[in-house]
Amino acid sequence: MKKVFAKMLIVFAAALLIGAPQAAQASDLKGDLEIFSWWAGDEGPALAALIDIYKKQNPGVNVINATVTGGSGVNAKAVLKTRMLGGEPPDSFQVHAGQELIGTWVKADRMEDLTPLFKEQGWLDVFPEGLIKLIGTENGIWSVPVNIHRSNVMWYVPANLKKWGIEAPKTWDDFFAAAEKLKAQGIVPLALAQNWTANHLWESVALASMGPDNWDALWAGSLSFDSPEVVKAWELFGKVLQYTNSDASSLSWQQATDMVLDGRAAFNIMGDWAAGYMTTTKKLMPGKGYGWVPSPGTSGEFMFLADSFGLPKGAPHRDNALAWLKVLGSREGSDTFNPLKGSISARKDSDLSKYNDYLKSAAKDWAGDRVVGSLAHGVAANETFMGGFASIMEMFLKSKNPQAASKACAQLAKKAGI
Amino acid sequence: MREASRDKWKAFLTLLPSMILIGVFVYGFIGNTIWTSMTDWGGVGSLALVPEKNFVGLENYIDLFTGFLGSGFRQDLVNAVYYSVMLLAGAVGLGMFIAILLDQKPKGEDVLRTIFLYPMSLSFIVSGTIWRWLLAPQGGVNVLPKYFGFDPLNFKWLSSQSAVLVFNWQDILRILVSFAAFILILTGVYMLRKDQSKAIKRWLVPGIALGAFVWLFGDIIPSALFMEEEHGFNLATLGIIIATIWQYSGYTMALYLAGFNGISQDLRDAAMLDGASQAGYYRHVAIPMLKPITISAVIILSHISLKMFDLIFAMTGPDNAATGHPALTMYLTTFRANDFAKGAAIAIVLFLIAAMFIVPYLIGQYRQRGRR
Repeated sequence: MKKVFAKMLIVFAAALLIGAPQAAQASDLKGDLEIFSWWAGDEGPALAALIDIYKKQNPGVNVINATVTGGSGVNAKAVLKTRMLGGEPPDSFQVHAGQELIGTWVKADRMEDLTPLFKEQGWLDVFPEGLIKLIGTENGIWSVPVNIHRSNVMWYVPANLKKWGIEAPKTWDDFFAAAEKLKAQGIVPLALAQNWTANHLWESVALASMGPDNWDALWAGSLSFDSPEVVKAWELFGKVLQYTNSDASSLSWQQATDMVLDGRAAFNIMGDWAAGYMTTTKKLMPGKGYGWVPSPGTSGEFMFLADSFGLPKGAPHRDNALAWLKVLGSREGSDTFNPLKGSISARKDSDLSKYNDYLKSAAKDWAGDRVVGSLAHGVAANETFMGGFASIMEMFLKSKNPQAASKACAQLAKKAGI
Repeated sequence: MREASRDKWKAFLTLLPSMILIGVFVYGFIGNTIWTSMTDWGGVGSLALVPEKNFVGLENYIDLFTGFLGSGFRQDLVNAVYYSVMLLAGAVGLGMFIAILLDQKPKGEDVLRTIFLYPMSLSFIVSGTIWRWLLAPQGGVNVLPKYFGFDPLNFKWLSSQSAVLVFNWQDILRILVSFAAFILILTGVYMLRKDQSKAIKRWLVPGIALGAFVWLFGDIIPSALFMEEEHGFNLATLGIIIATIWQYSGYTMALYLAGFNGISQDLRDAAMLDGASQAGYYRHVAIPMLKPITISAVIILSHISLKMFDLIFAMTGPDNAATGHPALTMYLTTFRANDFAKGAAIAIVLFLIAAMFIVPYLIGQYRQRGRR
């Protein structure tokens, strides 16, 4: 027994010696850090890479990765609410930047102002001014953005399009022409998945139908939802739906993307996390294995959404959470995370050589295009509107009545204070 | 006397803690939910530590039943009605059928009983996931005919958009009144044999009058909505109904089997001696004797159908109007749209529907006990 004990002592001493220089660099933070997000499955590795950086810097902290699965955070947000209401906030949670955070948690006075952190880290200079406006109010800055996603992208497989004798459409009229050809060959023109992806498709169609100025006016409250522009958008959306797969509601967005990759469908409109899925999980080369164009009628427009992390008031391990936010906002963290996640960095000084061809093109568009906020992913409207919009979408998918949908939207907007 | 009153006190004191707990945690919370459903708690700032709430009366309920934004809820309510009826018919019918077969004491009865009861032990999430795969558009049930050399089916079990038995929600009041008239007339016809004058006075005449009124002057009854809104029995719910019947017919089977075993062999022999056939024995002797079992099965199953959440969530996800259910909408309204007041109103509507089943049953039970 004694020998065993002596051996253990030696091992322990050796470990201490080897570990000492690293420990000197690392912080002496201790305890837990609970990170709440919906990045599971294909987006998991990107989050894991961030946690690795954090663990290297703070070896004393035990990181609890609390993910709740479900695309676009549909389930996670509900779990988060019960926890916040129950007085048990996580140390830091993922939230879509924009109205989803501000309209829900900031207006309820549940978040800590991060302006001091932004000043200390010099982030006010590295993040674009327009973005900081979106994540802040006059009372402060509320979250650290980790990425920028584009939502209005249409995906396809170049080789398949050649085989079917069509080209990627520039406008919806082009699409309808191509769709007829595809239908004749027994191919689904546009792959669609469950309800939230219909919301996602709607915002791209609506943007194409009404244009960016009207789109912004809509959310600023100066264009009413029952105006002819919106009705026309719903009409176009109904027409687009005719060319989608009828089993949509039983598919996940990955399955809809798979339909395109398998050649069962020609196109899919999905955010650019689909590029991450096709590159990282499906091991396809951007530009060869899959191609992309802005969704029809929206070239020169960049509909964006951003994931960000905030610091809830009363977080049990506040210092650990602040260290986590520092990792998220840092150039290293951002450039490690985004190539894996399939998004671009929110920072202006990111190292583009680390990104693949798709992301390079997205970064170029981000710099030059007209930027508008996404509805389906929380930038444009608060959760009251988003929650209600999901049920309006359900009813539209069944009834296909553009007038009723616009009227319902108008009533909902009144309720949501838009 | 003193002894007895001390006993009463003791009993009261023993029960007091549970009475207080139930008072607070059941009735207190029901009261709180009713109060919440009459406020405007929702929207921006609803998640603050001390949110702002104002009393608005029945506005939330009116919105749910006649408002523009309540159309999803109304569809869910219709779904729930069809779902309950189909589940009751399926689970009670199939369970009874299996029980009758097993009551013939075939070989390996114990094994068969276990097999049929087994699905009950699965959680809804598990069985929902299994059935989701089985009913996938390109898999499971749909490709089954291929193994027998036929073409695969292409029925969209969980994603079909078509509906049958469609009606217009505008007419809901008219439909409800006609339904009431129908029930009155039916009861009247049933009572005719027992007490003719009472049946005619109490049931038949009012029923016919009500029916005639709707028939002739139906336009006086206001429309529930200012525009057409159609709801019906969605074919996508079929898959969910099948899954629930699969899971619960074993349970009703066990109930009936226990009941059948409880009937004495003498009674059966006597019936047979009197010339009853097998079918006749069950039709006229066994099943009527098991009426209490049928009633409790119906009540339990209708409750299960009212709080159905996990199975539907696992099979078709949160947003699918065709298979939506009020319990699911309640959760989404409350925790996704932050509309706590409206969520509470949906909860109360469900609560009242549940009471519609259970209160008559309880009253019946107490009356029977009083008679004894």
